[in-house]
This record gives sequence, structure tokens and C-alpha cells, in this order.
Amino acid sequence: MTSPISTGTAPTVSLAAEVKAIPLRRPWRWISAAVLLAVVALFVESLLTNKNIEYPAIGRYLFDTHILAGVWLTLVLTVLSMVVSTLLAILIAAMRLSTNPVLSTLSWLYVWLFRGTPLLVQIVLWGYLGLLYSRLSVGIPLTDVVFWSVDTNSLITAFVAGFLALTLNEAAYSSEIVRAGMLSVDEGQREAAYSLGMSPLYTFSRILLPQAMRVIIPPMGNELISMLKNTSLLSVIAVLELYTQASLISSQNLKQVELLAVVSIWYLFMTSVLSVPQYYLERRFGRGASRTLPPTPLQRLRAMLADRTRPTETLQVKP
Amino acid sequence: MIRESAPSTTLQAIRPLVRIENVRKSFGKHEVLKDITLNVNPGEVTCLLGPSGSGKSTLLRCINHLESIDGGRIYVDDDLIGYRQQGEKIYEMHPKEIARQRRNIGMVFQKFNLFPHKTAIENITEAPTGVKGLAKGNASKRAMELLDRVGLADWASHYPAQLSGGQQQRVAIARALAMDPKLMLFDEPTSALDPELVGDVLDVMRSLASQGMTMIVVTHEIGFARGAGDQVVFMDGGVVVEQGDPAQVISAPRHERTKAFIESVLK
Ligand SMILES: Nc1ncnc2c1ncn2[C@@H]1O[C@H](COP(=O)(O)OP(=O)(O)O)[C@@H](O)[C@H]1O
Ligand SMILES: [Mg+2]
Repeated sequence: MTSPISTGTAPTVSLAAEVKAIPLRRPWRWISAAVLLAVVALFVESLLTNKNIEYPAIGRYLFDTHILAGVWLTLVLTVLSMVVSTLLAILIAAMRLSTNPVLSTLSWLYVWLFRGTPLLVQIVLWGYLGLLYSRLSVGIPLTDVVFWSVDTNSLITAFVAGFLALTLNEAAYSSEIVRAGMLSVDEGQREAAYSLGMSPLYTFSRILLPQAMRVIIPPMGNELISMLKNTSLLSVIAVLELYTQASLISSQNLKQVELLAVVSIWYLFMTSVLSVPQYYLERRFGRGASRTLPPTPLQRLRAMLADRTRPTETLQVKP
Repeated sequence: MIRESAPSTTLQAIRPLVRIENVRKSFGKHEVLKDITLNVNPGEVTCLLGPSGSGKSTLLRCINHLESIDGGRIYVDDDLIGYRQQGEKIYEMHPKEIARQRRNIGMVFQKFNLFPHKTAIENITEAPTGVKGLAKGNASKRAMELLDRVGLADWASHYPAQLSGGQQQRVAIARALAMDPKLMLFDEPTSALDPELVGDVLDVMRSLASQGMTMIVVTHEIGFARGAGDQVVFMDGGVVVEQGDPAQVISAPRHERTKAFIESVLK
């Protein structure tokens, strides 16, 4: 039997016999583009000729060891918080969707609390946990039995406080994304899984969650990028991430604008890098969802370059 | 149709594989199943007919406990489905126990419900490997045999979206068979198919029946019920109106409602 249906090597339509139509004239595109370019040029000019910006300083501080240490810590915090918060979010979403009223109420309360208070407040609270509880200990409640006890400030360092604040807050938001993804999966999938003798947990992790991922990943890409930028809020509890490092330097040399430029360049660079994995994850979980997979950035680029030589605007990509 | 099952005239009656006793089920105030009693003998094909909304799907879904019941008992192979009885008391069963019971009962849905993120063969091997703990190699070998049996050996690595409706439904049948069920439930397996694809699916079901699989089939395919069925059950408004030999129920229905329904379907 041969397959009459596309199996992955979808044939690209031959363009040889294409209609040679003269493109529609679109004068407003050109006019608006020209206006936009002029505005941008004026703005750039105003920046470049500005006597208050010392450009060599930007270049000097871009790879300063303190700045690089800050970049590294920012990345570590972002990745660590994102991974842990995503796992937590799946747990919270599963609890919320479970038929157990205790679990679903608990999960609702969690989301209500952590989504309902400002992240900045949560960060400061975790940072000042030592003021609230001077010692943390593990023991039997209402007795004097203590197995383990520690000074709060030595356990909850600024880094740990920042990590906890970002993770717990993010988990509340992500759990709603995960829940929406789970709700997008057809009810028949659960029934099919159950009818094959799969347990609720197995059904959740092997059948429903992988399908929900297709819906979950794009908004999670957004969350990752806001997480990256939210790390700068940790400067209020003196975590030495990128923004804190830059402020420490600029408070010494008073080159605030230059250091903000350095910080912005690094954030832009990191957000650009962090958006790449999304394409690959979308492909990974898009399997079987449609007959062809979305293109990777590389394929997109190639298709765009190839497209420039073609008369049509269709983007054609081989999976 | 020739069957190996013991003739029902013998004194030592064969034990039914499925016993449905006085089953009641309501959704809110709406009573969907009203005191249903029905037996299905091993190796036999029971066809459930009835107008839309008469409770056929609900009855089928109660048999593998996708729906809980409000009254009565359902036994499959002498196993009380969904509950544990101790003396007079009835206890809810743990989901794990229910899952274990469902392994013996295959189900095929109107809308196929294949797992879209898995290829045809992965759809079939998922439960045997993940639930029964079968080794991957053995499960794949078995899956290929089953795919061959439903005429889809060349389509193993295709995703559901790349298959026609008829092919998807045959994969779904193979997927259910991979768990070696004692009983197969079919809920309008051909209703979502283009007319020219119905035949292939019915052929697979006929061959399954001739190999002695016990089946309960909700269908509007009167020809299938007459040819492959050992008994036909006509339901309306949540009750069994009439049941018996396919030829008799279809050709010479005793009840007006059955007659009207058969005429409307054959028209
Ligand atoms: N989950 C449900 N909640 C509420 N009502 C339902 C549900 N499932 C089925 N019903 C109702 O039960 C009745 C019987 O449905 P069903 O068993 O699907 O009938 P059939 O399969 O014979 O067409 C219908 O009136 C339907 O609306
Ligand atoms: Mg139905």
C-alpha cells in the first residue's frame, strides 16, 4: 500500500506554472515606511550627538567582570526559577483539576494568594523572613523536641529568598496556563485512556499533559521572558544580579545612563537567546497535531531568503 | 452464522460473561437508564439499537465504569464493576482497582479518540507497555500483528491526523485488542465515517466476531446486526423494549416502537 496522504516529506508545490501577476501597488506602505525611518533617524541622531552620553563607557562596562557576574546570576536565577516553577505549576494545575476537594481548594488558595499580591512585596517579604521568624526548625509541634534548627538568615540568603519569591509567584501564573492547556484537550482522550486501563496519574502525565503542551508552550515563552526581566526586582533585597551590579557601579561613577544602556543590551541579548528554545519545544510537542510541523528559526530564515526570489508571498517550509 | 457457543437448550446453562442487573442511572433529575437487565454470553455479539438519546451510550459507558451507576449491579466475568460488595454493603472502588477492571474491557468510540501525539503503533503499544509492563519489543511485535490484522501494516508510523477516519477507527480497534480484553464495547463505531469507509471497519468487526470475541455493539447498521449479531436489543427512553434473535427483532418486531424505529433506519 502506498500512502496517498502526505507522510512528512510534503511535496512543495511546483512554482513553474505560476500565474505571473503584476503585484498590486501599495503606495501607503512606502510612505509610512519613509515616515517611520525619518523618525527613527532623528531619534538615533539625537542620541548619537548627545553630549551627556559617554559612548566609550558603554563599551568598557559591557564586559566588566561585575557585569558578567551579574549576567550569569540573572541567567541562573531565571532558569532555576523557571524550571522549578513549571514543575510546581503542573502539580498545582493537577490539584486544581482533581476531584479531591481538599486539593483543589488548596490549589485555588495558592493561586489566589500569590497572584493577588505584588511580586515586589513577596520579594521583600522573603528577603526579610528573618524579621518574622528568627530561627527555622524541624521538630514535633507543641513539644520541645527539635531535630534540626537553623538561623533564618543563614539558610535564606538573598539568593534563596529571591529564588523562592520568583518561583512561588511564577508557579501561580504558570499553573493557570497549564490548567488552560489541560482544558483544551478533548474529553474523549481521557475516556480513551481510562478505557485502556490507565490510572488517572498515568493518563495525566502520558496522555493529557503532552497534548496540552502545544497550548502551554507559547504563553510559557512569554513567562520565561518576564521572569528574566523580573530578576531585576531582586535588587531590592541585594541579590547581585545584573541590574544590582550595574546600579552598584553607577552609584560609584555616576554614569547611570551608560550603565542602563549596558543592562538593556544584555537583557535584549538574553531575551533573544531565550526565545530560541521555544521553536524547538513547539515542534517537539506539535508532533501529530497537524500534517506538517512549524519551522525552526533556521528553516524560517532559509525559507525567507529563498522567498525573496519568488513571486509569491507564501512561506514554504519542508518539515 | 455458525458459532461455537453451547446451544442454549442444554440443561447446564452457560454462564453469561456480562450480567447487567436492574441498572439505573440518572443525570440530575433525568433518569437515563431505568431498570436495565441484560445478559451477554461469552463469544456472542449483542447489538444495541435505539433512537438517539435512548441511553445506549450511557449503558455502554456504565459497563466499563466511565459512568457510575445509581442502582443495580454490573458483572463482567463475575467481577462486580466499579464497586466492592461486602455483605449488604457496597463500597466505592479505588481508581487503581477500576483501572485494573477496565483492562479486560476494550472500548471503541464513535470519534476514534486516538492519541494524536502518538503514531499508530505507539497508540497501540502505549497501554500494554505502560499499564501491563510488557517489554517494548514484544509490544511492538504484537502491535504489528494487530495492525496487519486490521489491514494497516503499512501505516504503523503515521500519526492519526495522517490517516482517514476508517483507518483511524481500525487503529482504535487494534489499540483496544492489544490489552487482550475479554469483552469489546463499540459505541457507534461507523457513525462518524464516510459511507465508503464503513465497510472496512465492519469487516474487521465481523472477523473479530467470528474469532469468538464477546462484543456489545451500539450501531445503526441493521445489516451488521442481522448478519453478525447473536442477539439484538432495542432500547427506547432508558428501557429495553424488545430483545431477541436478530432476524426476529428486525424482520418481525413485536412492539410498535421497534417497528417504527427499524423502518426509519432502513428508509
Ligand atoms: N454526562 C451527561 N450529563 C447529562 N446528561 C447526559 C450525559 N450523558 C448523556 N446524557 C443524557 O442522557 C440521555 C441518553 O444519552 P446517551 O446514552 O448518549 O443516548 P444514546 O447513546 O442512546 O443516543 C440523553 O438525553 C443525554 O442528553
Ligand atoms: Mg450514543
